[in-house]
This record gives sequence, C-alpha cells and structure tokens, in this order.
Amino acid sequence: MSTERVRLGTATVRDRARGAAIAAGGLMKVYKGGVKALDGLGFTVAPGTIFALLGPNGAGKSTTVKILTTLSRPTEGDAFVAGFDVIREADEIRRVIGVVAQRSGVDGASTAVENLQLQGRIYGLGAKTTRLRTTELLERFRLTEAAGRAARTYSGGMRRKLDIAMGLIHRPRILFLDEPTTGLDPEARADMWQEIQALSEQEELTVLLTTHYLEEADRLADRLALLDRGRLVVEGTPEELKAGLLGDSVQIELGTSELPALLSAELEQLEAVRAFSVEETQLRAQVDHGATALPVILAVLDGYRVPVISATISRPSLDDVYLQYVGHSYDHSGTTVGGPR
Amino acid sequence: MTTALAHTWYVTQRYSRTAIRQPIWVLSALLQPIIWLVLFGALFKRIVEIPGFGGGSYIGFLTPAIVVMTAMFSAGLCGMTVLADLDTGVIDRMLVSPVRRGAILGGLLVEQAAVVFVQCGIILVLGLVLGARYSGGPLGALVLLVAATALGVGIAGLSNAVALTTRRRESVIGVVQLLLMPLTYLSSAFMKLELVPGWIRDIARVNPVNWAVSGGREALAGNPQWGHVFLNVGLTVAFAVVTTLLGTAAFGAYRRSV
Ligand SMILES: Nc1ncnc2c1ncn2[C@@H]1O[C@H](COP(=O)(O)OP(=O)(O)OP(=O)(O)O)[C@@H](O)[C@H]1O
Ligand SMILES: [Mg+2]
Repeated sequence: MSTERVRLGTATVRDRARGAAIAAGGLMKVYKGGVKALDGLGFTVAPGTIFALLGPNGAGKSTTVKILTTLSRPTEGDAFVAGFDVIREADEIRRVIGVVAQRSGVDGASTAVENLQLQGRIYGLGAKTTRLRTTELLERFRLTEAAGRAARTYSGGMRRKLDIAMGLIHRPRILFLDEPTTGLDPEARADMWQEIQALSEQEELTVLLTTHYLEEADRLADRLALLDRGRLVVEGTPEELKAGLLGDSVQIELGTSELPALLSAELEQLEAVRAFSVEETQLRAQVDHGATALPVILAVLDGYRVPVISATISRPSLDDVYLQYVGHSYDHSGTTVGGPR
Repeated sequence: MTTALAHTWYVTQRYSRTAIRQPIWVLSALLQPIIWLVLFGALFKRIVEIPGFGGGSYIGFLTPAIVVMTAMFSAGLCGMTVLADLDTGVIDRMLVSPVRRGAILGGLLVEQAAVVFVQCGIILVLGLVLGARYSGGPLGALVLLVAATALGVGIAGLSNAVALTTRRRESVIGVVQLLLMPLTYLSSAFMKLELVPGWIRDIARVNPVNWAVSGGREALAGNPQWGHVFLNVGLTVAFAVVTTLLGTAAFGAYRRSV
C-alpha cells in the first residue's frame, strides 16, 4: 500500500467531486497559536457508502468533520460536499447534510420532541412535516417513551440517539457522525451499528464517521482512512488494508506487566519484528513469518526472565494495520489471546 | 427576510421555554425588584425633603429607577446562556444548519427583551400599588418600558460580547459586577443630578443607565419635555445597537476560531 501523498490542485479535487459525495484535497488547518491540525489531507467518498476516519487523539478527525460541515474554514486546500464548495457554497451544503458532532448539541432543558421540532423548523420543514418526522424518528430510535422528558435526564445512549435523530430530521443526503458510539455500552453500540447500517442501506445515505473502535470501522465502513498528525496515512477497504499487511501478527500474553527497560530496545533490533506494542501484559508484534519469529521473540523474553503465559499467531487484523501505520496499538476488547489466566 | 424572522422566532421560543422552566429564576426575577422597591423606598423616603429636590413622592421618583435597574441586572448575565450553549454544542449545531447567522444571537436578544419588558411592566404595576402615580399615563409608561428594554438589550449585547471574546464565565460575572452597580449610582436613579457632585453629573451625561432613567422618568412625568425624552431614549437605543454589533463581531471572531 502506497503511503505517498500526492498534492492535488483545485481542478483535480473538483474533478473528483463530480459524482462523489465528498472530495477533499490538500486540506490544511492551522489554528491560532500555530497548531497544525491538518496537514495536506485528501480523500474521496463515494455516494451511498460508509467512510470511516480513524486515528489517535488529536489526529485531526474532528477538524476534518468541522471543515466538511462548514463549521470551520480550511487554512488551505479544497473540499466539496455533495458537489458544493465548502467555502463558497456553504449554505447549499448545510441544507443537504446532517451533523452529529463529537459534543452533543442536544439542549438538555428541552424535551426530545422540542429538540427535534426546533431542528425541523430550522431546516425549513413545515409544522406538519416536522410533527410527522418527529414521531417517526422517536419511534425509530425507541425514544417515544422518554420523548416528553427534559433531555438532561437521558442516559448517554439515549442522548446520542436523539442526537442522531436530530441530524436526520430533514432527510440529509450525507450524514457526518463524529464518534457516534463513544461512551456507549456494548449493547447500545451494537444497536447503533445496526441503525447506521440500516440508514446507509435503506435511505442511500452517505455516512462519514469517525471512531476509535477498529471493530466498528471493520464492521461498518466500506472504506476507511487512517489519520495521524493531520495527514492521511493509509486509505482503503478494511480487506485491502488487512491484505496489504504482509506477514503475521504475533500476540503474547506475559506473566507480568513490569518489564525491564532494555527489553523494548532489544525487540526493536530484531530483524524478524517490524513493529510491536506492549499494553499491560499484552505484547503484539507485526512479523514477516510468525513461525520463525515467535521462537526468536520468546528467546529474548526468556533472556530477560519475563514469564510468558500464552502465544498466538494470526493473520493481521485492523489492529495490526493501525499498529503498523500509527505505531501504537489500541487497548481493544475484541482481541483475546488464548491460554489460561 | 421572512426566513430570518422565522428563524429568530424559533430561537426565541427555545430560550423563553428554558427560562420559564426554571422556577427559581422566575421567582427571583420577580422578587428582586420588589425587594429593591420596598427597601430603597423606605431607606431614602425622606430624600424628597432635601431642599432643591422639589418634593413629590419618593416612590414615584424611585419606580422608574428600579424599572431600569431591573432591566440591567436581568440582562447582565445573558452571556452565561451563550457560554452554556457553546459548551453543550448547541450553537455549533445551529452553525452547521441553514439557520440565519443573525438569528442565533438575535433570538436570544429578543427573548431577553421580552423578559425585561414583562418584568418591568410588573414593577410599574407594583409601584402603583405602593403609591407611585404616573402622570404621563399609558404613553409615558410605554416609553419608560421601551427605554428600559433598550438598555436591557444593550447590556445583554455587552454581556454576549464579553462572553464570546473571553469564553469564561468568571469574566462575564466580573464585568457585570464591576460595571452595573457603579453605572447605577453614577446616574439620576436615586438622586436628582442637580444635587450630586459635578464629576458624577459629568459621567452621568455619557452613562446609558442615566439616559434610560432620565428619558423614561421624564416621559412618565406630567407635561414631559419630549425633546429630552427623545434624545435620551434615542441614545439608549443607539447604545443597544452598538453593543449588539459588538456581540455580533465577537460571534464572528468565535466562528473564525473554530
Ligand atoms: N479550536 C481550536 N483551537 C486550537 N487548536 C485546536 C482547536 N480545535 C482543535 N485543535 C487542535 O487540533 C488538533 C486536532 O484536533 P481534533 O479535534 O481534530 O482531533 P481528533 O482527531 O478529533 O481527536 P479526538 O480523537 O481526541 O477527538 C489537536 O491538536 C487539537 O488540540
Ligand atoms: Mg475528535
């Protein structure tokens, strides 16, 4: 997979924008104080697909969403949403997009009905249409029972659902979801995944979402892009990205989380290991050949008298893609390493 | 134009709804001016006997001042509402919608104006109960309410500007505490300007609180000098326009900083 960045002029971004739901090129954002949040970001999202932006804290995911939703202006570069220019045609874009920001935007003092109705009226829906859509969305997100209560009394999951319902009231063509499932319990998250999937399938909605959950991106996204420090590191379908990683993934469960300082340096020098990370007692390494690398790694661990509980070799997951490109792995509940505890 | 008005109205409705739902706020909004009226009325009762004050009832003199003070203090913390909406993301949500930009703060100012107008109307009635007499009649009362509302909007605009520029609650509270009390006393609110030191008189001339009190009080008096009324109420309205523009500029700066 090529990680080379190609700088595109406006003309080519505009070309890509034709027929695409979102097209961005050379996006730069420098905040006051000199923080460079985006540094030449570009990507294209096809209509009707789900596109995921991944990356560590501060990578620039929210900044990208803010620029594409016309909240923020890029310092440089071009972006088109639904064929409209984010700077010159912001009003047109605002009418056709739905936005669920990282920070909620639900008015806690108002009820779900009131929040939805204000939203509907602002988007120019008539009083009757707004009422119908409100009822429909409350049912769809199973909020009907709580609909008359002030939103401040809702649980995190209910509030997030209301958030998304508000983003959908005017039937947008493109929906932006900035970390839609952060803070939700596993059940609520699975619920949300179903909703997002259904929206994309039934309503031909294009969805751009950001997430910290690799599993979420793997499940939902048709394509995903990995960002780091404002740059696109790699982009493709989850399958492409996984296939693009040669070799295997080695996971080793250690008997202790207190590791000697020199271990890291020694592992780094191993020919067989391309990248590795340690989180608590989990050591995860990206290697060319699992079968030959494993004994080498075990020997090093043994040399430092680090007890090993179990070891597994597997084909790469998105965690490994992330690890390879961004350099440190997520603490990720979906990954389990076999062996007795 | 009609879209802008409609949007402003939706936003106004939202703020009115949330305000009315806070019983403590409603109660204090009504109690505070009552306390002022009764307290200051009793405290300064005999001021009218000072030579040069010109006699009359002090409660009659005081009521327009309390009306104007209520307007100020009611609107002073308007910026806190803006900050709360910035924190929760409500304002950002509006900014990515097709809502007219002017309706976002505009709706809030209209709500403030409505609250101030109603609050002040109630105080006028209360003053009547306590013995004040308004020779200017309903027209005079209306002019006073307009002056007080304009001052309220002006203070709210200032409060919004401070909130959006500093983005700190402490700054809003600080500015309000620093400004509102002195501005009240550096005016003809409690004492005729003929009877105060010259330097206070000089400051009062450029003090929006004094413009509102003096214009409104004159309108409420029998046989008002309309020239004086128009000048002072006009200046108060101009003050409101200027601070609204300041608030709008600060909002623009916020939008550029996102
Ligand atoms: N309004 C702002 N002013 C100054 N710097 C900002 C502003 N907003 C974001 N930044 C900075 O820009 C960088 C990118 O932030 P951004 O919010 O886009 O990251 P993110 O990928 O969404 O992170 P997270 O996963 O934590 O949400 C960060 O370094 C952040 O501190
Ligand atoms: Mg973010």
